[in-house]
Amino acid sequence: MDLSFSPEEEAFRAECRSWLEANVPRPPLPSGDTRAGFTAHLAWERALFDARWAVVSWPAEFGGRDASLWEWLIFEEEYYRAGAPQRVTQNGIFLLAPTIFEFGTPEQQARILAKMASGEQTWCQGWSEPNAGSDLAGIQSKAVRDDAAGGWRLSGQKTWTTRGAFCTHLFGLFRSDPDAERHHGLTYFLVDLATPGITVRGVERLDGDEGFAEVFLDDVFVPDADVLGQPNQGWAVAMATTGSERGLTLRSPGRFLATAQRLIDLYHACGDDPRLRERVTAAYIDAEAYRWQTFWTVTRLVEGMSAGAESSMVKVFWSELDVRLHELALELLSDHAELLDGDSGAWMKGYEFALAGPIYAGTNEIQRNVIAERVLGLPRR
Amino acid sequence: MRFAFTEDQLAFRDAVRELLDNECTPAHVRAAWTNQTGRVPGLWDKLAEMGVIGMLAPEASGGLGMTMVDLVLILEETGRCALPEPIVETAAFGVPLVGTVDVTVAADHRYVPWADTSDVIVTANGRFARDAVELVPHTSVDGARRLFEVVGTPVPVDDRALGAAFDRGVIGAAAQQCGLAQRMLDLTADYAKERRQFGVPIGSFQAVKHHLANARIALEFARPLVYRAAATLETAHASMAKAKADEAARATARAALQCHGAIGYTTEYDLHLYMKRSWALARSKGDRRLHLDRVAEAIL
Repeated sequence: MDLSFSPEEEAFRAECRSWLEANVPRPPLPSGDTRAGFTAHLAWERALFDARWAVVSWPAEFGGRDASLWEWLIFEEEYYRAGAPQRVTQNGIFLLAPTIFEFGTPEQQARILAKMASGEQTWCQGWSEPNAGSDLAGIQSKAVRDDAAGGWRLSGQKTWTTRGAFCTHLFGLFRSDPDAERHHGLTYFLVDLATPGITVRGVERLDGDEGFAEVFLDDVFVPDADVLGQPNQGWAVAMATTGSERGLTLRSPGRFLATAQRLIDLYHACGDDPRLRERVTAAYIDAEAYRWQTFWTVTRLVEGMSAGAESSMVKVFWSELDVRLHELALELLSDHAELLDGDSGAWMKGYEFALAGPIYAGTNEIQRNVIAERVLGLPRR
Repeated sequence: MRFAFTEDQLAFRDAVRELLDNECTPAHVRAAWTNQTGRVPGLWDKLAEMGVIGMLAPEASGGLGMTMVDLVLILEETGRCALPEPIVETAAFGVPLVGTVDVTVAADHRYVPWADTSDVIVTANGRFARDAVELVPHTSVDGARRLFEVVGTPVPVDDRALGAAFDRGVIGAAAQQCGLAQRMLDLTADYAKERRQFGVPIGSFQAVKHHLANARIALEFARPLVYRAAATLETAHASMAKAKADEAARATARAALQCHGAIGYTTEYDLHLYMKRSWALARSKGDRRLHLDRVAEAIL
């Protein structure tokens, strides 16, 4: 057991820290889930990309640094420690990109990845539909073969599409074999949202931002070059992405350690209320536990083992920790907590955002079923 | 960074597990509830023979010259079987403090388990020789833990050495709590697969699944803190480990009892052996409140 980072890793950390200290926007950018804020965030993403910090773990040819998993974690710790902006490119770089690296053709990789990393193209996720939420295999949107044109024609409706009103592209699952049921007969498509036949309607979220969208597709042509993986194999291809979403890649420990530290700062700013001392301490311990559980998992990944159903435990833990950290902050703020203006407003806004965690990427009820069935071996039914 | 055990460490753990699977069954633990010592006759010598008691002592003193990282895995196993022996008190707490492997140490803040069959007793007041004290017996909720208050004149112990010993004891107790939580979880998952109501295994019901998933999550995020503390031996890290492991064991015991239903509420069934040990350990080597306080002093 060796709990130290190497001199090279410490040098990498120092380089991250000094670049972020010099470049993180002050004051903070407006929310990236509004149109104006999204544009401001794209400029930040471009600055990250130009300095090769946008996708540190990717190969250099796509704009990365070939960073190891450890270096990626170090980057994330420094990123959140510096109070740097949310990543509006995250659904592309963290959810879609791992799937493109695994299933994409060389042509797709060359055409898509660098533009995704720079923010020139922005990707949203077309998973949920009005009748396919937790039961994702209930997808009804159709893909009909168009041999003459060399592609597919998509029709249907996607919903709860995060930042769908601002993004340029959508990745999603469509039913390409009408006779197949449930997990079979789905195909994974990459869709340019400027294609004729697409209508996007923004939907205001709980926090008042236009962060959601509904995407309507009416006979939308998608060429064969934009099928990811094999036709009718979309479920297997998509599962690679949801694994990333639940587990490591989306929620690094740096984020919760930074929030826990801000909570401690708030605790002092609010006069060290002894009634909340134990709970603030326990919440900080949970953020530490998340960090060390991640190091435990990363060691296993580095040594060639896979994370598997454990990622469901990770998802439940971080999402409920995030809610707990924000609830405590609101308790500390007392009557100020109601205010959306002033310094405290960020905590209420953060609380509203945190409340989405136990719902998206597979509700925590679904995750607990997965843990019971696949980690503990309890019967499905 | 490599946050994992070595093959050798895991192999030694497996060897100890095999010994304990045979020599510390629920029947052995039950026997300890009613015999004269609260311990398993003959087992201490076998653990000493394997080197477990003296793991932390230098090889020159007859030990194995190992570290708390090696020992923490073994102590987790002793929790898994609810070993009724002062193993944390001797192997983790006492041997480095006393400086010999040929000793049995009983230690805790106030109520000291198995003090009557130990050579050296250590409390928050200092160190005592067994034959120089009066032991006032108490009854623990865990019938195997023969519990005593110690009356006598202590020999002062170096504060720093005592503090370090206490931290090792805290990490050891936290490791045992993880082992106990794992055992209670295994027992309950097995039961939920077997027990049928409404024509199906009760483990197919979401209400049962979610209780056990919560317990599994609590354990998943307690263990790394225990292993981290074993590697750093820092006071705040030891306290984080104990606070989190106590909570994992408490939550698992509640889930285990609830999912078993009435059978778990009997003393004929084995669950109570593990549940009561976890309740006792939660108050031993400092309770959650004490440890949260120590962490608060470090971080706030």
